[in-house]
Amino acid sequence: MSILQVKELQVTFVVDKKKVTPIENVSFEMNAGEVLGMVGETGSGKSLTAHAIMGLTSLVGGTIGGSITFKGRDLLLLSEKEMQSVRGSQIAFIPQNPMTSLDPVYRVGNQIVEGLCKQVKIGKRQAKQQVIELMGKLHIPKPDRVFQQYPHQLSGGLKQRIVIAMGLCANPSILIADEPTTALDVTVQAQIMLLFKEMTRTRNIGLFLITHDLGVIAQVCDKVAVMYAGTMVEFGKIREVFNSPRHPYTKALLQCIPHIGMEKGSLAAIFGNVPSVDTYPSGCRYHPRCSSSDSLCEESPPLLLQIESDSRVACHHYLGKKD
Amino acid sequence: MGKLLEINDLSVSFDIKGGLFLRTIGTITAVNKVSFTIDKGEILGVVGESGCGKSTLARLILRLVEPDSGSVLFNGTDVLKMSKKALRRQRRHMQMVFQDPYSAMDPRYTIFRSLIEPFQIQGVKLNHEERRKKIDDLLELVGLSSEHGSAYPHELSGGQKQRADIARALSLSPRFIILDEPTAALDVSVQAQIIKLLEGLRERLNLTFLFISHDLSLVSYFCDRVIIMYLGSIVENVSAHLIGKTACHPYTRALIASIFKTVPEENTATAALEGEVPSPFNLPSGCVFASRCKYVQSLCREQTPILKESPAGGQVACHFPLYN
Repeated sequence: MSILQVKELQVTFVVDKKKVTPIENVSFEMNAGEVLGMVGETGSGKSLTAHAIMGLTSLVGGTIGGSITFKGRDLLLLSEKEMQSVRGSQIAFIPQNPMTSLDPVYRVGNQIVEGLCKQVKIGKRQAKQQVIELMGKLHIPKPDRVFQQYPHQLSGGLKQRIVIAMGLCANPSILIADEPTTALDVTVQAQIMLLFKEMTRTRNIGLFLITHDLGVIAQVCDKVAVMYAGTMVEFGKIREVFNSPRHPYTKALLQCIPHIGMEKGSLAAIFGNVPSVDTYPSGCRYHPRCSSSDSLCEESPPLLLQIESDSRVACHHYLGKKD
Repeated sequence: MGKLLEINDLSVSFDIKGGLFLRTIGTITAVNKVSFTIDKGEILGVVGESGCGKSTLARLILRLVEPDSGSVLFNGTDVLKMSKKALRRQRRHMQMVFQDPYSAMDPRYTIFRSLIEPFQIQGVKLNHEERRKKIDDLLELVGLSSEHGSAYPHELSGGQKQRADIARALSLSPRFIILDEPTAALDVSVQAQIIKLLEGLRERLNLTFLFISHDLSLVSYFCDRVIIMYLGSIVENVSAHLIGKTACHPYTRALIASIFKTVPEENTATAALEGEVPSPFNLPSGCVFASRCKYVQSLCREQTPILKESPAGGQVACHFPLYN
C-alpha cells in the first residue's frame, strides 16, 4: 500500500506574462520502508517536485495540477492551515546544505528540540531526552555533549546528522532529502547514505531521495524516477532501470559515468546542453539531444506510459518494442 | 619520454593567528614534503578529500603561493628560483583551468576580451585581423563558435563557460596545464563532454595535464597515474587504470570502497572509514592516516612512513601496506 501517490503533477508559473511549466507529467508511488530516488541534471525539476509535495510551490505563486495523495488525502485540496499540520510532523524535509540550514547562534540540540516541541505536545525536559536518544540512534558519538555544541564546532558529517535528526524528530512517515550529501566528502557520504538506508528500514518511513548521483541511486534506492527538463522520462525498480533502461536518456546518462577499470576513450557524452525552462523544445523535451528522434518526437510530447505496475516510460519509440 | 615536471620535497605551512594582538596560535601544514614527477604527455591525477592540499599543491607549482621549501623543476629549471620577469615568461608554458567556471571569468568582459588578455599580458603583438583569427581558432578548438566570442559569461551555460576557460588556458600554447576540478560544477552529461574534449586536446596539442579531482572513478578513467593525498602528504602514487587491483594503502582502498557503483547488483559501497578527516591544525607525529586506519599499529603513531616503491608497481607511504 503506497503512502504517497503523485499523479500527473504539473507546476506552472507566470513569468513576464508568459506561462512556463517547469514540471509536467510526473507520476509515481512510494511505499513505506522504501527509498525512492529521483535523479536528473540541473534544472530538471527534482527540487521543485519535492517542494510541490511539501505544498511550498503555491506559496511562491505557482499553480499545481494533478494530485498528490498522502495516506488517502489529496494534499492539494488542503488549506494552508491543514497543510501546516502535515508539513514537518508527517512529511519532513532535509535541505541540501547542512552548513547553512543550522542557526549559528543556537546550540544544535536546542534547535532540534525547538522543532520537536512545535510539532508534538511534549515537555522541554522530555523533549531533550528524546532528542539525545535520537542522536544516539543516528550514530552521533557522545550525543549529550554534541547537544550542547554550536554548529561551527561540528564537522560537516555531524552537522548533516543533526539536520537528519531535525527531520526525524517528530516521527514523520515521509522524509524528503534534497541532495543531502553533495556538500560532504566521499567517505562521509558513504556513512550518511548507509544511515539513511538503515533509518528507512528500522523506522518504516518512505524516503524520497533527490540526487544527481546515479551511483548513490543504484546503491541506496529501491525505485528510481528519472527526470529530464521537468518531465519524468522513466520510473521503475532500481535493477530494471539500471540493467535495461527503457528511455534513451537514461541509457545515455548511464554511459556518461566513468568507473574504475574502464577502457580509455570509451566514455560517451550526450551532445548539447540541458535546456532551461524558457527554452524547452516542442514535443519530447529530449528530442534535440536524442539519437533516435524523428518527426513524431518533434511534434508531440510522449505520454508517460505505464508498462507494469511499477514502471513507466515516456518515449514514442518504446511502444511495441520489447527487447 | 622525458620528465616535464619534477617536484622535490615541496612543503608549505600557514600560520594561524588569533587571540589578542593576533599572535600565532598554531600552524597548518597544507602540503608536507611532496615529491613526484610528471612525464611529457602524461596525465597525472591528484585525488583527496577536501582540505588535503590538492589545490594548494597546484598553486605551489605555478608559484601562486610561495613554498617554504622544496623545488619545482620544469624542464630542468627550478621555477622557484626564477626572477619575477623570468617567471612571467615561464607562465606561458604552464597554465591553469579553475574549478568554478562561473567565477573564473570577468563578468564584465566578453569572452573575446577574456581570451585576448593573455596575449596582452605576455606582450604578444597582434593586429586586428590576427586577433580575430587567433580567437576564432581557439574557440573552434574547444568546440565553440566565433559568435560565442561576443557573449558575456552569464550568457553561456556551465559547460560552454568551462570550454571558454579551457580556451583561455590554451591561448598561449602552453605545454602543461593544471586542471583544478574542471568538471565539479557540471552535470554528468556535460562532464563527459568536457572530458572527451580534454582527451582530444591532449592528443592534438601534445599536452601534459595535472588533473585535480575528488572523484576517484573519473580520475582512474582519465589519468595515466594518480597520487592520493591525505592531510597534505602523498600516501600513494599508483597507475590509474590498475588502481582497483594494485592500490595498497589502506586509505586508497577505503576511497575505492566508498565509491557508489552504478551497478545495483554489486552492492559494494560500504562506510569503509569511521569519522572524518581530522583538522590539519598541529598534526601529530607518525602516519597522518593513523587516527582513522583500521590496521593501525603502535609503529604508525611513532614514525612517519616515507613514500617508497611498492612491489605492485607504484609508490606507497605505509608501514604495513596491503599487498594482497
